[in-house]
Amino acid sequence: MKTSKMTFLGLFTAVAMILSFVETLLPPLTTALPGIKMGLPNIAIMFILYRIGWKEASVVSIVRVILVSLLFGSVMSMAYSLGGAILSLLIMTLMQKLTSFNRVSISVVGGVCHNIGQILVAWAVTSTAQIVYYLPVLLISGCAAGILVGLAAGMLEKRVPKIKF
Amino acid sequence: MKKKDFILIGVIVALALILLICVKFTQKEGACVEVKIDGTKVATYPLNVNATYTLNGGTNILTIEDGYAYLSEADCPDHLCVKQGKISKTGQVITCLPNKLTVTVYGGEPKDVDIIS
Repeated sequence: MKTSKMTFLGLFTAVAMILSFVETLLPPLTTALPGIKMGLPNIAIMFILYRIGWKEASVVSIVRVILVSLLFGSVMSMAYSLGGAILSLLIMTLMQKLTSFNRVSISVVGGVCHNIGQILVAWAVTSTAQIVYYLPVLLISGCAAGILVGLAAGMLEKRVPKIKF
Repeated sequence: MKKKDFILIGVIVALALILLICVKFTQKEGACVEVKIDGTKVATYPLNVNATYTLNGGTNILTIEDGYAYLSEADCPDHLCVKQGKISKTGQVITCLPNKLTVTVYGGEPKDVDIIS
């Protein structure tokens, strides 16, 4: 890996971490339901996914989750976030490679898959199937957040100059 | 944004709304709550008895009041379980993910009360 690319990925890992932190400062929409989030770090992840590739995006995403969990969360929160991040990246990559969907759609599906992944891990950990009752509301909030994140990622891609690695 | 992008998002929202309506219509007033820690059922408490229970060796405190159950105290950093508020209908669940604890409402007659914790 060239130094310029390594620097670029490191920079965007930092951006994703800062966005995670900014997200914790936002007031929660509702406290009755955990898991409703903007998914701001996905702006950085989607940018890498489009600009460089899915392998690099996966690395940045997983490193981001591990570091943020160690800094602000716990080992358990790492498990939930990893479940969400891996499922979300997998589906976003498949959609980007195999379909002609717009990046807003891909971001929406990514956000929704993040919620589904977290619920699946939570289901496995607590073996309480009733957790899936959270899903409908999370699907709607995931759509709204995904649209905003997709638009933001598109704007970012227009404004950041292309760099050759 | 093309037509199929709108369709995709519309389908997800429609699916969510259908699920939401299904959940709302199948819920009934619950009779008891079941506490699970790390996937193992540890206790069942009736909802018609006002009481306070210490769960999981003191990490969470469950309060039952006027047919509603809620976690009144927790030692986890985010206190999301406390903020989830009161539950009373079947299928409703409070989760405390850091402590791997869930409180689920079940319907029907209160089962025999087994207090292990």
